[in-house]
Amino acid sequence: MAQHDTLNGAEILLKALADQGVEVIFGYPGGAVLPIYDELFKQNRLKHVLVRHEQAAVHAAEGYARSTGKVGCVLVTSGPGATNTITGLTDALCDSIPLVCFTGQVPTSLIGNDAFQEADITGITRPCTKHNYLVKDVGDLSRIVHEAFHVARSGRPGPVLVDLPKDVVQSKGEYVPPQRVKSKYKPPVKGDIKAIETAAEMIARAKRPVFYVGGGLINSGAAACQLLTQFVRMTGYPCTQTLMGLGAFPASDPLSLGMLGMHGTYEANLAMHGCDLMINIGARFDDRVTGRLNAFSPNSKKIHVDIDPSSVNKNVAVDLAVIGDAAHILEDLIKVWKAKQYRADEKALRAWWAEIDQWRAVNCLHYENSNKVIKPQYAIQRLYELTKHKNPYICTEVGQHQMWAAQHFRFEQPNHWMTSGGLGTMGYGLPAAMGVQTAHPEALVVNIAGESSIQMNIQEMATLCQHKLPVKIFILNNQYMGMVRQWQELIHGGRYSESHMEHHPDFVKLAEAYGAVGLRATKPGEVDDLIKEMIAVDRPVIADLRTDASENCFPMIMPGMAHNEMVLGPEDKGMEKPGSEEDGMVLV
Amino acid sequence: MTAMTKIVEETNRHTISVLVDNEAGVLARVIGLFSGRGYNIESLTVAEVNRAENLSRITIVTTGTAMIVEQIKNQLRRLVPVHKVSDLTIEGPHVARELALVKVAGTGDKRVESLRIADIFRARAIDSTNESFVFEVVGATEKVDAFIKLMEPLGLVDVSRTGVVAIARGPNPL
Ligand SMILES: Cc1cc2nc3c(=O)[nH]c(=O)nc-3n(C[C@H](O)[C@H](O)[C@H](O)COP(=O)(O)OP(=O)(O)OC[C@H]3O[C@@H](n4cnc5c(N)ncnc54)[C@H](O)[C@@H]3O)c2cc1C
Ligand SMILES: Cc1ncc(C[n+]2csc(CCOP(=O)(O)OP(=O)(O)O)c2C)c(N)n1
Ligand SMILES: [Mg+2]
Repeated sequence: MAQHDTLNGAEILLKALADQGVEVIFGYPGGAVLPIYDELFKQNRLKHVLVRHEQAAVHAAEGYARSTGKVGCVLVTSGPGATNTITGLTDALCDSIPLVCFTGQVPTSLIGNDAFQEADITGITRPCTKHNYLVKDVGDLSRIVHEAFHVARSGRPGPVLVDLPKDVVQSKGEYVPPQRVKSKYKPPVKGDIKAIETAAEMIARAKRPVFYVGGGLINSGAAACQLLTQFVRMTGYPCTQTLMGLGAFPASDPLSLGMLGMHGTYEANLAMHGCDLMINIGARFDDRVTGRLNAFSPNSKKIHVDIDPSSVNKNVAVDLAVIGDAAHILEDLIKVWKAKQYRADEKALRAWWAEIDQWRAVNCLHYENSNKVIKPQYAIQRLYELTKHKNPYICTEVGQHQMWAAQHFRFEQPNHWMTSGGLGTMGYGLPAAMGVQTAHPEALVVNIAGESSIQMNIQEMATLCQHKLPVKIFILNNQYMGMVRQWQELIHGGRYSESHMEHHPDFVKLAEAYGAVGLRATKPGEVDDLIKEMIAVDRPVIADLRTDASENCFPMIMPGMAHNEMVLGPEDKGMEKPGSEEDGMVLV
Repeated sequence: MTAMTKIVEETNRHTISVLVDNEAGVLARVIGLFSGRGYNIESLTVAEVNRAENLSRITIVTTGTAMIVEQIKNQLRRLVPVHKVSDLTIEGPHVARELALVKVAGTGDKRVESLRIADIFRARAIDSTNESFVFEVVGATEKVDAFIKLMEPLGLVDVSRTGVVAIARGPNPL
């Protein structure tokens, strides 16, 4: 063939990325990847977003992936460039986000010699990637790149790292298109039909059922969320979502109980506790959700639909597992339900809803509003009301503001909510929003932030300005690491050890210094105007809202407690003693 | 430990066979999985078994409750270069063998006694000097353990064991 061996490794890489449908790379150059950057320079099909820190490149790829359903793509140099990606890769692993991260490496002849900027990145990232590769021969390059994308997006999605020694991207080789690469990695997608039939029968027989749905539905895609919504409505059963599952089922649907878990709603947690059948679709019984395990939903049968067998019977023993892709399984489940003409037990269901409605009537997300100081919940409610017509994408950092966002912003669709759930990475939100805005240039993208978290990747303001990404940063500035302060108040006798930052930058001036717009609100009456102005500007904005410093996030299941022991608010007596951390939720 | 696993559940020993691509890092992945998740490894052996298809076979002996052992197998199956995981302990009868090289130093009665016991265990002396033997003993772990224990008072100075290799009985492959 004429084409034989005419390309160098860098050209092969870019060709493979094109064939994988990659449109944008988040990256940062350095010695080991200069040949690749040289190829990037010579073309203009692939867009490169130049970040200010490699961690941010990974979070940006996560935001891009989560908001589009595509695989995110990262390119960084060897050594420090590569090690800076670790937090992002771990975050993506915890939250099942598909991405491929390319790292430069010293030439193969120098590997193992403690060469300049050498790091054993495949060794370091083995436990924090779904899989990784070291490409030792240009002849393997295109196969490995195609396989990396296949592994990242198939089965339970996750981050894949490909380490590229400099000599490999400089040597000549042959390009192999994806059609000619056969991967042995083929996780199952169809669920066992017998198990699905059993599930349908169990669902039809239930008297106190609840759907418990999670991020797996978002991973499965918009069609899965559509099918879930259809099926839940066919049954008329209540449906609660995990933090990662928000948007999988419309928040406005009367069947939705909102989020469950540590900061979930009273009705969701009590429904989980009192149900006789739990239908888990794409959720993983995380400890923030289950509370104390030996008191978790003690009287229910449990069905678990998940693509990853290792999620099943890990923390909670279930009665029926259906392994496969949520969309495929829901499709079959609906077919069986229709074919067998199943329907809910109306009488039992009415009684169950009557009970749930009493829990709902508690109005657990209620808070005392104020006309003197901005309540964080109020700020988020106003943000929701004033932006919902724009169908915005919401990202968050980690802390109280994240939980208030989950409680008070309402998500009707999948892929519009980007948050760091499993790792809880402060500093995730701003770069993730950058990735979202890159994918959706016309959309409104808001990062709901805390004043502490935002400083962990604040340097990305420069990236936003350079690439004209008009992300809105909505800081609930309570002057504290609020979530830490809350635990110290409730669990550590009010000893606020190092949770107060006595010095913060002036966020308005900071925004201006970067070339963005800075806004501030200090009184509740200013909130609406601030939001309107924020969304009217066509540039990146930092909005600094001075919120109540002492507000706590409720409801809350204290560490080591059970669903039915949740604390509703500061007056609630249940607050007494948290249980042992060993049994329940630990860490902020 | 979670409350689930605290429920007094029996801990059992399982022999698990894993068929993997013979590629760089695959052993590190398997071992990292065990150490990272706090599972036990009692023994682990690995060698290439199919050159044409570039496959290696890892035999792992581990202990855990039924739920933990189930997790171990599912976690192993998640690894991209892993093709097959089979729990020989619960999937029907199997045979398991281990080989040990056992060095015994001594003279006189003890030396004679060690030879006599080696004979009973069908252990072969594969190296000998005036004051030492190296025995090669093959068998189930218990047999190898017993042999080593008997050698202790007779001048045991060194042991090298392969760890368990195992295979299912009958005509079928893994
Ligand atoms: C400060 C803080 C507080 C938190 N409080 C809460 C809280 O109150 N409530 C809460 O819910 N969470 C909370 N979290 C988040 C929590 O830590 C977990 O990240 C979250 O609960 C996990 O969500 P999930 O169960 O939906 O699983 P995910 O992490 O989204 O995992 C998805 C599951 O679906 C499976 N899956 C993937 N793809 C598919 C597919 N195609 N088909 C089927 N299955 C698939 C995966 O194998 C996996 O088991 C909090 C986090 C922080 C940082
Ligand atoms: C990288 C990182 N370091 C530390 C923590 C622990 N942590 C969780 S929430 C939190 C405080 C967050 O403060 P802020 O961003 O101001 O949000 P708030 O809780 O005040 O809304 C801390 C320190 C974390 N989650 N991530
Ligand atoms: Mg704060």
